[in-house]
Amino acid sequence: MLAYVLRRLISIPFLLLGVASVSFLLSQMTKGDPLAALVPERMMSNPEIVETVKAQWGLDQPLPIRYLRYLGNLVQGDLGTSFATRRPVATDIAERLPATLELVIAAMIIGTAMGLTLGLLSARFRGSAFDSIARIFALIGSSLPIFWSGLILLYVLSVRLAIVPGTGRLPPRIAPPPHHTGFYTVDALIAGDLSLFVQALTHLALPAFVLGWAVTGIITRLVRSSIVEGLSLDYARTARAKGAPERVVLVRHALPNALIPLLTILGFTFAYLITGAVLTEAIFSWPGIGSYAVRAAGALDYPAIGGVTIVGSVAFLLANLLTDIAYAWANPRIKVH
Amino acid sequence: MADITPAVTAAPAPRRGRQLRRLSRRLPLTAKIGAAILLFWILTVLTVQFWPLADPLAMVGRRLQPPSAAHWLGTDALGRDVFSRTLHGSIWSIPIAIVVVACAVSIGSFLGAISGFFGGWWDTIIMRLVDVTVAFPPILLAMAVAAMLGPGLANASIAMVIVWWPIYARLMRAQVLEVKEREHVEAAVAGGAGGLRVLRVHVLPLCWTPTLINATMDFGQVVLLAASLSFIGLGATPPSPEWGSMISEGATRFYDWWIAFGPGMAILSVVLATSFLGDGLRDLFDRRSA
Repeated sequence: MLAYVLRRLISIPFLLLGVASVSFLLSQMTKGDPLAALVPERMMSNPEIVETVKAQWGLDQPLPIRYLRYLGNLVQGDLGTSFATRRPVATDIAERLPATLELVIAAMIIGTAMGLTLGLLSARFRGSAFDSIARIFALIGSSLPIFWSGLILLYVLSVRLAIVPGTGRLPPRIAPPPHHTGFYTVDALIAGDLSLFVQALTHLALPAFVLGWAVTGIITRLVRSSIVEGLSLDYARTARAKGAPERVVLVRHALPNALIPLLTILGFTFAYLITGAVLTEAIFSWPGIGSYAVRAAGALDYPAIGGVTIVGSVAFLLANLLTDIAYAWANPRIKVH
Repeated sequence: MADITPAVTAAPAPRRGRQLRRLSRRLPLTAKIGAAILLFWILTVLTVQFWPLADPLAMVGRRLQPPSAAHWLGTDALGRDVFSRTLHGSIWSIPIAIVVVACAVSIGSFLGAISGFFGGWWDTIIMRLVDVTVAFPPILLAMAVAAMLGPGLANASIAMVIVWWPIYARLMRAQVLEVKEREHVEAAVAGGAGGLRVLRVHVLPLCWTPTLINATMDFGQVVLLAASLSFIGLGATPPSPEWGSMISEGATRFYDWWIAFGPGMAILSVVLATSFLGDGLRDLFDRRSA
């Protein structure tokens, strides 16, 4: 177990090196002038600044040296300067990361809650109409183009029915709460401003639901099949024989059986959540790193895309590592290779 | 696994016909619906230019009309017929998904087979390459590659192949590793057959089932990712009626919901159809992984 975790930990730096190398190669393949991405246009005429930047990124050096410089800058947290915002990419990302995390965490909670509930109930009433409806609901969630379902739901719920507010994290002209965590819901609670909390929460609800729905399918399917399996095992039969009501057999005996596979799938759903977050943020004008990446991609802002890619990969690797560790910890029977 | 061998090796024509019929009888209803939807889209791709539809690129009515008898899904901001554009959109999405899946399957399976069969350095290099590629969140890698190469459907397709090949490399490698331990392979090696011949004749024919099932499932996901890239502005460029870029036009005209409705339903139908069909095929052929 410890050896396995150590081996995984050791592999992380190598994977990061690989990720950084691929990002570097991609940035070298662009047809544009790399200098243009590093120096603001109006400073291009200033030879001093151009020379400094060239030296900093080693643009006058051969490829291997440039590569080493690139890695050196990365290690120091320098992801380059955004073409569009004229600010360090790392600063831009740090500023926008909490918005994305708030969205993804809320979506994860909604997706897991819906998936567990639907999976549990469809396993309990398998073969019933509820089972079919739950399956269709889950399947549609994972098949919908998220940038479309978000759009349609926004139109129906916000424009037509006015149940939820429009896009963004807060209504226009409302100041965000004082910065503590960057999560507006949490910060509003810390500030003790209940109406601001409600506003932040209602703005979060729809995008988080759209994103959570996308992962509900995977979770429902998994929970249902492992509970159905659990219900047919000997210990479930024993519990029934001892007179336990079906509800108790389900929750106390079969549900724990589903939780371990759920742990592994959560890492896997994280990939969906990142993909979904990029598109959800674009639809809901959510000021996170996803909409930043979309804007950067549209403007061919290479340093910004590269930065988001690297940060996203780090998050992805960490999520997978945590999943593996949690899995190995929860189920010592698994032989990890 | 044994029951798939006849479907893979070349059987005499009449037997194959009977097998197809038996296969279609054993497929669940949902899988048949999925197959029918896919067939519909493929037929649409092949014949849509002969259908009595409005010109997808021409202004045929007043701008931004809601759905009516004349324009079933309304008209967009340039007065083009959305229904016609949605059907014509399949000409972009479906062939691209076919090409991307075919390339990802070929490249991935080739490298995976070499990796699994020969082992050693090949295995190490190819599998580390796989590890690094899957360390990227798929959409970010696709966005990075597509942005570096420049917008356009061809570049978006290259980006998607880069995202997808590792899945097939891993699948094929695992499959080859398992099959190469079997006795008939050992017998072939003992009989003096060369490495490549053993791989081609004795190992590979038994390795395709999971790959083909996965490819069916992935087809819909590729359509989805291609539309996502177009939606972001990295895929198809206007005025081509690609589904993703039509939805992004709809997103800028929020109150005219019908602009985005058709293409969204089209994407949904393809993704649902492939997961129905893929599920059915997996239940039939590959019960262990179901």
